[in-house]
Amino acid sequence: MPERRVTVASRVGLHARPAALFVRAAGRAGVAVTIAKIGAAPTDARSLLAVMALDVRHGDEVVLAAEGAGAGAALDELAGLLATDLDAAPSGAGDA
Amino acid sequence: MPELTGIGVGRGIAVGLVATMGAPLPEPPDTPSTRAPREELATARSAMVAVAGELRRRGEAAGGDARDVLDAQAMMAEDPAIDAKVTAAIEAGATAARAVHAAFAEYCELLAAAGEYMAARVADLDDVRQRVVAACLDVPVPGVPDPGTPFVLVARDLAPADTVLLDLSRVLALVTVEGGPTSHSAILARARSIPAVVGCVGAAGLVDGATVVVDAARGIVLSDPSPSELAAAERALAERATAHAGASTGPGATSDGRPVALLANLGSPADAAGAVAAGAEGVGLFRTEFLFLDAATAPTADEQEKAYREVLGAFGGKKVVVRVLDAGADKPLAFLHMGYEPNPALGVRGLRALRAHPEVLDTQLAALASAAAATEAELSVMAPMVADAADAAWFVDHARAHGIARAGAMIEVPSAALTAGALLSTVAFVSIGTNDLAQYTLAADRLVGALAPLQDPWHPGVLRLIELVGAAGSLAGKPVGVCGEAAADPLLACVLVGLGATSLSMVPAALADVRAELARRSYADCLRLAQVAVSAPTAADARARVLEATS
Repeated sequence: MPERRVTVASRVGLHARPAALFVRAAGRAGVAVTIAKIGAAPTDARSLLAVMALDVRHGDEVVLAAEGAGAGAALDELAGLLATDLDAAPSGAGDA
Repeated sequence: MPELTGIGVGRGIAVGLVATMGAPLPEPPDTPSTRAPREELATARSAMVAVAGELRRRGEAAGGDARDVLDAQAMMAEDPAIDAKVTAAIEAGATAARAVHAAFAEYCELLAAAGEYMAARVADLDDVRQRVVAACLDVPVPGVPDPGTPFVLVARDLAPADTVLLDLSRVLALVTVEGGPTSHSAILARARSIPAVVGCVGAAGLVDGATVVVDAARGIVLSDPSPSELAAAERALAERATAHAGASTGPGATSDGRPVALLANLGSPADAAGAVAAGAEGVGLFRTEFLFLDAATAPTADEQEKAYREVLGAFGGKKVVVRVLDAGADKPLAFLHMGYEPNPALGVRGLRALRAHPEVLDTQLAALASAAAATEAELSVMAPMVADAADAAWFVDHARAHGIARAGAMIEVPSAALTAGALLSTVAFVSIGTNDLAQYTLAADRLVGALAPLQDPWHPGVLRLIELVGAAGSLAGKPVGVCGEAAADPLLACVLVGLGATSLSMVPAALADVRAELARRSYADCLRLAQVAVSAPTAADARARVLEATS
């Protein structure tokens, strides 16, 4: 299964606005994407609550995984998003 | 028409439509559903979709940061993880309301376990849970209403958490069923100049959309007013607007010209500009706790001086009274290492804590002295929780050692009021903190909600102590200020002047009403009202008799 390891760049971690932006993007990905902390069980990347409950902090490494057509491209996009400081992005960035 | 009575806050009047704050929902019972799982699931899903839609709509209307919060809440309402748990619970026989309640509760716990900084998210999620459960049960949403137009808010009482979500610019007036004159609701109303009637038991019967007149000066709410009552209220509103335009500036004085300095209570340097704009003649109480509350170590003299300069600089040539750190087990500070106390209100707080840590006081006084030297303001310092002349003398000595000549004592402890004469031979002035004085006079902890009705500065027991202080001040020829909530109540302000107060310090929003009320009464009127109040048997009687004597 295609995977991407990425270090979370947002200063607030994967909480608040960065979490919402990431989850929204995962919902649009077209494939089911999971997110996990290293060595922990994966969880649904389309669930804001599940993502917030992971309690990912700034600088933590996470693993994104997905399967099926377009999985690679979707993972690239989401990994790119996590590698950006989403809290610094202008309001509305990442919105549809 | 029906006249509901309560305790008025301020002198304002308002006419508007009622919006009630829904009562918290009881936990949905864990009894099996009598409906098919398919039907329960349809109920749960349509509730989740409806709540998400409503939150998004409100987010769009609000814009800005509020939009981010509301959008995130909408996502929570439709969260796939919640949906999965709700589906499983319903298939196992739960009702929609129970399944939704349990699913959200599980995530509330998970997030709460993730640490304190998630507290705001837990509150957001809990709000979503209440909304979805209410939608499942088809009952009104608990919490702050949003009828879309300005409204008269009717609530049991307001907690600080409620008011965070409340857009006060849309609240024409506030009516609470419970609470007293120093409840959070009353303090909020005063701070924002919103007409309010608190402790209005009859208001429990008011329904959404009803027209009411809220008359804070008379402490009444007219439900279903007649056309003539409505017209009278509109006239009063117009008169108030005109009166305000005339009396909203200039120094405070009675109608016969006896000056009463009207000062501002400030909690941070950021409040200074608003106080100047509201016409404050100076600062009667500058609370310094903001510098210390989040600090792991005591702030340095340089850090403190910068903040003090900001406030003193805004009041060049005017009087600024700074209260030194008022900490205690009820307001614990990391660096003071305060232990557990079973009764913090009666514990090592205020000056008592500073006597145990004189280095904290010395740093603060040094910073204040250098800030004062760099500005034109007239600095005075005062100590909280002074018990007697010995406490006062200790504080005065420390102030003098830093070259601060005007050192005063707060009168909050009944022993200080009863020995005010001796105290005034030591200090340059006294300032009465009516909230704490009421707490200690009535033996009613301010933090115990059930005792809120006893927390009433109109109580003749409190007023008699103030009278003693006023007399001692006049004999000594020294100023007697009042800086508690009492000073912001326009009618009580007149009583306080009659009892000997020479200055009144309050939240800046209350200045205009107090100035206008004083300008309406002569000093002889104030003396007469003071006697009416102190000779009443209870707080309620004192308020009612003074109201009657002025109408």
